[in-house]
Amino acid sequence: MLNYQAPLDLAFQALADPTRRIMVERLSRGPASVSELARPLDMTLSAVVQHLAVLEASGLVRSQKVGRVRTCRIEPTALHSAERWISERRASWERRLDRLGAFLVETDPTAKPPRRKK
Amino acid sequence: MTVRNTRHATFTIERVYPATPARVFAAWSNKEAKTAWAYCHPEWPVSEHVFEFREGGREHLVTGPAGGTRHVFDAVFHDIVADQRIVFAYDMHLDERRISVSLTTIEFFAVAGGTRLVFTEQGVFLDGYDDIAGREEGTRIGLDNLDRQLRQQRAA
Repeated sequence: MLNYQAPLDLAFQALADPTRRIMVERLSRGPASVSELARPLDMTLSAVVQHLAVLEASGLVRSQKVGRVRTCRIEPTALHSAERWISERRASWERRLDRLGAFLVETDPTAKPPRRKK
Repeated sequence: MTVRNTRHATFTIERVYPATPARVFAAWSNKEAKTAWAYCHPEWPVSEHVFEFREGGREHLVTGPAGGTRHVFDAVFHDIVADQRIVFAYDMHLDERRISVSLTTIEFFAVAGGTRLVFTEQGVFLDGYDDIAGREEGTRIGLDNLDRQLRQQRAA
């Protein structure tokens, strides 16, 4: 579990920034060049490159330079581990609410209701 | 050394139950009823359970495996509208470590044939994720036990 912790921390820190979340959101729709990533953002290209570096260090994003164009793509494994924690909390409430449903049926004062015709 | 980090999340769950809003609300507002479905690990001793279902009242539950990690749930009921809405804030501790702080809104809507329940949690999850998987696994086991228990009660 400790091996798991460090990359997850980096992923959370990377996603704590709204600009980087926009970049990840864009990349989740498919690979993009650095200038494509920068287009909707109100900042210099060098600032975008700095954010990209944080995302790469976190393992969330990979980039590759081909000729003069650096193409970025998402690294699904890291993102998956960041989301896992939240989805587990959600799942625990889902199960609890299913239990509530079973409880309501079990304690129904009108158990075995007659099937009435409409 | 603890690495400090925060993660915010909001999620919504909906269920439709074949019961009146009053019955569904009672399952949340009555201590005995809530204990029957909401708590995991019936085999874990409950060392403390305070349940003050009123605005400003608190729910405080301490449980955990004998001699093991203390699981502490602490809630304050902020808003209660009978048969319609419950808003509470809660935090979770594992031993001395606070792992999350959440605001939970539960809404009950009368619909044809029963009640639609909308559960919304807005939370900040703190520092440690590594214990969560184990805790959730525990919850699953607890719910299975409860299911069995309820069936037995009904059969008796």
